[in-house]
Amino acid sequence: MANVPEDLHYSKDHEWVRVEGGEAIIGITDYAQNSLGDVVYVELPKAGDEFAANEPFGSVESVKAVSEVFTPVAGAITQINESLADEPEIVNTDPYGQGWMIRVKMANPSEVDSLLTAAEYEDFTKAETE
Amino acid sequence: MTTAITKVTTHISPNEQLIFERSQTGRIGYRLPALDVDEAELNIPAEFRRDDDLEGMPEVSEVDVIRHFIRMSTWNYSIDIGMYPLGSCTMKYNSRLNERVARIAGFANLHPLTDEQDAQGALQVIYELQQHLAEITGLPGVSLQPAAGAHGEMTGIMIIRAFLDARDGDASHRRTMLIPDSAHGTNPASAHLSGFSVKTIRSTAEGLTDLDHLRELCAHGDVAGLMLTNPNTLGLFERNIKQICDIVHEAGGLVYMDGANMNALVGVARPGDMGVDVIHLNLHKTFSTPHGGGGPGCGPCCCTKELEPFLPVPRIVKSSDAEFRLDYDQPRSIGRVKAFFGNYGMMLRALAYTLTHGNDGLREATEAAVLNARYVAAGLVEDYDKPFAGSPMHEVVFTDKRQSRKGVHTLDIAKRLIDYGFHPMTIYFPLIVQGAMLIEPTESVGRQELDQFIAAMKSIASEAVENPELVLNAPHDTRIGRLDEAAAARKPVLRWKPDTD
Amino acid sequence: MLKAIGLGSAEELFDSIPQELRLQGPLNTPAALSEIELLDQFEQMGARNAGARRISFMGGGAYSHYIPTIVDHIISRSEFFTAYTPYQPEISQGTLQTIFEFQTLVCQLTGMEVANASMYDGSTALAEAVLMAERVTKRSKVVASSAAHPQYLEVVRTYVQHAGIHLELAQFDEQTGQSWQSLAKAIDDSTAALVVQSPNFFGCIEDLAALADAAHAKGALLVVAVTEAMSLGLLKSPGACGADIVVAEGQSFGVPLSFGGPYVGLFATREKYARQIPGRLVGEAYDKKGRRGFVLTLATREQHIRREKATSNICTNEGLIALAATVYLETMGRRGVQEAARQCAQKAAYTARAISGLKGYSLPFSGPVFNEFVVRGPMKAVELLARLGKEKGIDGGIALERFMSDRPNDFLVCVTETNSRAQIDALVEALETI
Repeated sequence: MANVPEDLHYSKDHEWVRVEGGEAIIGITDYAQNSLGDVVYVELPKAGDEFAANEPFGSVESVKAVSEVFTPVAGAITQINESLADEPEIVNTDPYGQGWMIRVKMANPSEVDSLLTAAEYEDFTKAETE
Repeated sequence: MTTAITKVTTHISPNEQLIFERSQTGRIGYRLPALDVDEAELNIPAEFRRDDDLEGMPEVSEVDVIRHFIRMSTWNYSIDIGMYPLGSCTMKYNSRLNERVARIAGFANLHPLTDEQDAQGALQVIYELQQHLAEITGLPGVSLQPAAGAHGEMTGIMIIRAFLDARDGDASHRRTMLIPDSAHGTNPASAHLSGFSVKTIRSTAEGLTDLDHLRELCAHGDVAGLMLTNPNTLGLFERNIKQICDIVHEAGGLVYMDGANMNALVGVARPGDMGVDVIHLNLHKTFSTPHGGGGPGCGPCCCTKELEPFLPVPRIVKSSDAEFRLDYDQPRSIGRVKAFFGNYGMMLRALAYTLTHGNDGLREATEAAVLNARYVAAGLVEDYDKPFAGSPMHEVVFTDKRQSRKGVHTLDIAKRLIDYGFHPMTIYFPLIVQGAMLIEPTESVGRQELDQFIAAMKSIASEAVENPELVLNAPHDTRIGRLDEAAAARKPVLRWKPDTD
Repeated sequence: MLKAIGLGSAEELFDSIPQELRLQGPLNTPAALSEIELLDQFEQMGARNAGARRISFMGGGAYSHYIPTIVDHIISRSEFFTAYTPYQPEISQGTLQTIFEFQTLVCQLTGMEVANASMYDGSTALAEAVLMAERVTKRSKVVASSAAHPQYLEVVRTYVQHAGIHLELAQFDEQTGQSWQSLAKAIDDSTAALVVQSPNFFGCIEDLAALADAAHAKGALLVVAVTEAMSLGLLKSPGACGADIVVAEGQSFGVPLSFGGPYVGLFATREKYARQIPGRLVGEAYDKKGRRGFVLTLATREQHIRREKATSNICTNEGLIALAATVYLETMGRRGVQEAARQCAQKAAYTARAISGLKGYSLPFSGPVFNEFVVRGPMKAVELLARLGKEKGIDGGIALERFMSDRPNDFLVCVTETNSRAQIDALVEALETI
């Protein structure tokens, strides 16, 4: 069973959001990394780039698949996780910690409220598997 | 149980190094005559000349080269070793006679810019093959210029684009290409190259194009055309093909057929009679030109009279005095898609295939290809999940649904098949079938070999229950085991470099 | 077998095809021929190609070079020529390792960091390079040399017509036959790439280093095309000159003329662009026991995974011809490639000197050449060459009027290591008498 930490917000595209002040830290969920398989490459934007909510900001590649990743909330990128360039496999081993992808200065912090809770996301993935 | 493995090959020399690692300074493998003109200072300035002395390029003898390649060749599976049931790839026997034809000096030594009158025989080959392909497809306009299937697709879709732009004017709003969810990946990629955006059509539970969904998508008014494989990639004939073409035509679009599966139709039914406007063929599939470990191919494009003016230039035509000519005067042509005339050597082989089979032999090959697939389908249906009930044509799709309950997946079944001496089938394609195994035996195998293949697959099915580990760790007897592809993709090493230590 | 699957006749195999769509009679194609009849028919057609029997000085994108006997022997091995694309690495290491060696050889010759497993030919490789330059730079203007092979330019035009790329041509210099000066001038901030062929269609060598500087100063890429790959044995590699993408026609490396194909496209670039490259790539990999092997890698760029967002639609490439080039390059080796290139250049220089001394003949371009050069004759080149062929059995070159209507008397002469001094002297004498 995939790990779904209680304190995060989730999107239906399988991203998670951790709020720290006015910033959102974004990555992909354990469920997502598990269904992708061994991650071999992560393509990320540059700091300063701006995204609307639900816009693709990059992609995650396994050996035989590629998935776009979306911003659950709108805002400007303040930082990207540069260690993923050399060690993309951290997305597999620690998706909610070292495997984070981007930090975003949220344009509209209340957007987080419309995301799924841990319980809702768990139900969502269960429904998707069945 | 582990003793039940049948040895496939023994490797005399499993560790042949890279040629660069064998290189010895001063060794040579070539024999050129001495320079027979007076050597003079060339007028090439020093800064335009190489100054690296080609360092790193190999220095080896002829026998080094021969052993190097022959050793490596023993690590390959090939059609000549046995059944190669890759679905959608049509791995049939490559006749040696066709190889001989392609090496006839009158063709092999002919420069592509030779004047027409000094290349009449070569042009005749192109012209005659065009005529035969027109007859086989029922589509009279033919260009042999595209170099492979995807290249033929791009050509066909650009022809559709040019036709629509000419018919509707520059403001043509038709920029959507409809493609079924079961299609080859080349289809959307080729559509994109011609400036179309792609909309996906669903397949029905039966495995056929969903007509209601097609009608719905056509109702938007922006449809340029449909790209359809028939028989489709599930091996099923789209029996509503006529209706499908009518729907697209009524909506103002054209129908492109991916001819990858023509091996199920040659001599039996013709795309032109079904309402198809343009098709590409794969001479390296249906017409038996060798696949060569990845190519070359040849991807002729055949179309209706209406689309003919848009074919690539030059066209190869026959004038009234029975001379063969290059016709560049085609103002509506999409242009040239390749230098010269295409992969000419493949045309020679394909014409030889057509002529040695004759019209009855072409049909017989189709019958045998379909019969063989049907036989495999019947032989495996009790052991593997067959997701579609319909009778397959030249290829049949199964899944790993039953085996995956024991943790054995399609990849494992494929790898285990290697231990039984067969090349695996196409796996995980089409994408809409989870754990797909697409099997295409072709006409080049007899009943005995089919029985062996079926027995091997049945044996793997029971191994998956009784001893899944055996299957999960396959193959057991190859030169190398399963390779760590993830590590290879994370830190790609794409060329040899000298040791700097 | 029909009985075993419960069918009564072969016709029933096709029950899923509606009756009205099935052919009611046999195909209108010829009846089957025996081996003897077939060979006879093809030998006769082959004999109608007078061009294949003549002494030839034709180049222009397809070249006659010495082919060591073992090349055809190795590519005729069943294990290579009847194998499919190496999707199952455990039983395809032969193909995979040869491709890895091919990629390495292409890098060494072009001076680049990564090369793919092959493209259809030089012309389509060039078109793919232009599309890649647009992806990398996200700019839409491309400036190409008018001295590039006319058919290559036509192919590029076809490929880019719906890609939102604006293709401009920069004129070559009438004195030198080179185009690098005008190319360098045509660049601006919206330029994705400069596209140059060297040696160019007239045989003249371009100043690639100057072009690389000009391109990079504006943030554009330099795309270099090579039609005569043998020149790489003598000329400074495009990579060493600063090129960003190098494409070449590999036919010179062990591949027969065969009326224009199958040939093999070489495609090489910088490591930083590896994920933008079209076509297949082979990389090194290891199994659980630590044994080295090779696999198809970075496949997420390709059509079977990324579909309409793929870097190209290419699937089948020119595998067997890439193998021929690999066998050729390994047999000739470091010294053989250098020697063949030296002989080409020396023999071409000898020929040019002799022809330029003939009354009525001149060399219109002053730029340095490798093994091809333009000759201006005393009469229409089309007629001159036709008479050379008929009367002397020599294909003396390619009339430029076939590509450029304003050059009626000019023709392109190509000399390789296969042309003996006796052949060259015969050409010179024939030109003089005509």
